[in-house]
Amino acid sequence: MSAQDLDGGSDAETDGSGEMPKPHTIRLELVDEPGQLLAALKPISDNGGNLLSIFHERGSLTPRGHIPVEVDLECPPDRFERIVEALREAGVNVIRAGAEHFGEEVMVILVGDIVDSDLSDTLHRIESSADATLQDLSLSAREGTDEASSARLRLAVRSGRVDETLSVVRDLAAEKGLHVVEPLAEGSQ
Amino acid sequence: MSLRLAVLGAGAVGGSVLDLAGDYGHDVVAFADSSSSAVDPAGLDPSAVHDRKERDGVVGEAAPEAVFDADYDVLVEATPTTLGDAEPGFSHVERALADDRHVVLANKGPVAERYADLRALEAESEGTVQFEAAVGGAIPVLSTISDLGAPHVTAARGVLNGTANFILSRMAAEGLDYEHVLAEAQDLGVAEADPTFDVDGIDAALKFVILANVLSDGETEYALDDAEVEGIRNVPGTALDLAAEDGRTVRLIGEATADGVRVAPRLIPQGSALSVTGTQNIVQLETKHAGQLNISGRGAGGPETATAVLSDVSRLE
Ligand SMILES: NC(=O)c1ccc[n+]([C@@H]2O[C@H](COP(=O)([O-])OP(=O)(O)OC[C@H]3O[C@@H](n4cnc5c(N)ncnc54)[C@H](OP(=O)(O)O)[C@@H]3O)[C@@H](O)[C@H]2O)c1
Repeated sequence: MSAQDLDGGSDAETDGSGEMPKPHTIRLELVDEPGQLLAALKPISDNGGNLLSIFHERGSLTPRGHIPVEVDLECPPDRFERIVEALREAGVNVIRAGAEHFGEEVMVILVGDIVDSDLSDTLHRIESSADATLQDLSLSAREGTDEASSARLRLAVRSGRVDETLSVVRDLAAEKGLHVVEPLAEGSQ
Repeated sequence: MSLRLAVLGAGAVGGSVLDLAGDYGHDVVAFADSSSSAVDPAGLDPSAVHDRKERDGVVGEAAPEAVFDADYDVLVEATPTTLGDAEPGFSHVERALADDRHVVLANKGPVAERYADLRALEAESEGTVQFEAAVGGAIPVLSTISDLGAPHVTAARGVLNGTANFILSRMAAEGLDYEHVLAEAQDLGVAEADPTFDVDGIDAALKFVILANVLSDGETEYALDDAEVEGIRNVPGTALDLAAEDGRTVRLIGEATADGVRVAPRLIPQGSALSVTGTQNIVQLETKHAGQLNISGRGAGGPETATAVLSDVSRLE
């Protein structure tokens, strides 16, 4: 849906904020030999990249018999090309590299004692455990009523991981006694 | 062909079946409420039966069970929906099938809670079981699925509770809180004095459980316990405000998919097909080869539900 909006949004941000680190995903193919992974990661840190996570599906092999690995990292926008280059120079097979991985947008509304439940902790944990980025946040409370307050979260989520993100949000909400109004993804046109 | 109907339940639905059967060329030969019944092989006079019920609180002199001894072709089951063993509705169906009669249900209980039992009884009977009225009142959901063929429908979702939808859409449109709109709905007769079944999502869940049973075509049996159900009591006006700011709204949406049955308040785009207002209902069928089909209309009410009952009856001819 909003790959376009998102791209537009992040371009605008980049223009304004110069050196703000940006998240990227790189897909690598490694030969099944000891030390390969470490060797592959060195060019990243050497060139100003900050490793966020490494995803390695155990047992799965590429058609050429290599091990596919997905690396998430953060770096200033101008460093990314250099990191990919350095990996290739080190003989690592880089299959795909890009910043496009936060490809989907998810909107959820949390309901309850938003402030008392430590909103910033909630947001922080959603971002770290769901691998999502908060795009914006709105709060609503009605003064002088006993109606529950609500918070609307717009999250950028990597493609194909919407369900995972929603389940993290659900668990966190349950832990904090909040209710979640989830989006209906399909069929809502 | 004129069929002879035996109607169990003299409420909004049973009463309307009594009134409208003639319009479809059928006769109601037996009619029962919880404590009495009226039987006339030549066909009952609707207004006489209604008068009696209003005046004396009974429909006739005989006991309710006398209905089963009448000469009838189709039993119309319109007694209250109950959970768990789905009684007394289930036993009514069992009795009619044992006598090789057809059964048309408005009652959701037996189809939602004991689907496999029901189908097993049907398999041993000359009679058949139909239940279009149990899902979405006048909306022809089940006959559409049957036309498409259940294996060609991959999912059903939508709004199948008018009370909850009335409350959410009014809260959103008027900026009123839940309690306020609920009271208004009760005054209008849209919500019952005890609105639990509707606002807690149980009624909608029963309908989506029935849909899941139909779509799974005997492979998996679903009951209310298998459904993930959340109602609308926890949707405050503040959530609707935030949704509206972003071009969205909240509706109590049910889903019957390969993953099971779920009913919960969900964010959907304003103006989308599922964002029906008031007591309107809608079902969206996801087909394998033909995209989405949307069918909407009145999901409840006496004449509306009786219309679905009588369409089922007509299919037997
Ligand atoms: N109303 C709707 O829009 C709608 C839509 C779809 C499906 N349905 C389903 O259709 C069924 C009937 O709904 P309704 O609105 O007509 O309900 P209702 O107005 O509450 O009427 C229920 C009727 O069932 C009778 N009854 C109770 N136990 C009985 C028994 N053991 N034997 C014979 N009759 C018995 C009651 O008798 P008394 O009069 O003596 O109390 C009453 O006349 C329910 O299962 C409901 O879920 C209703």
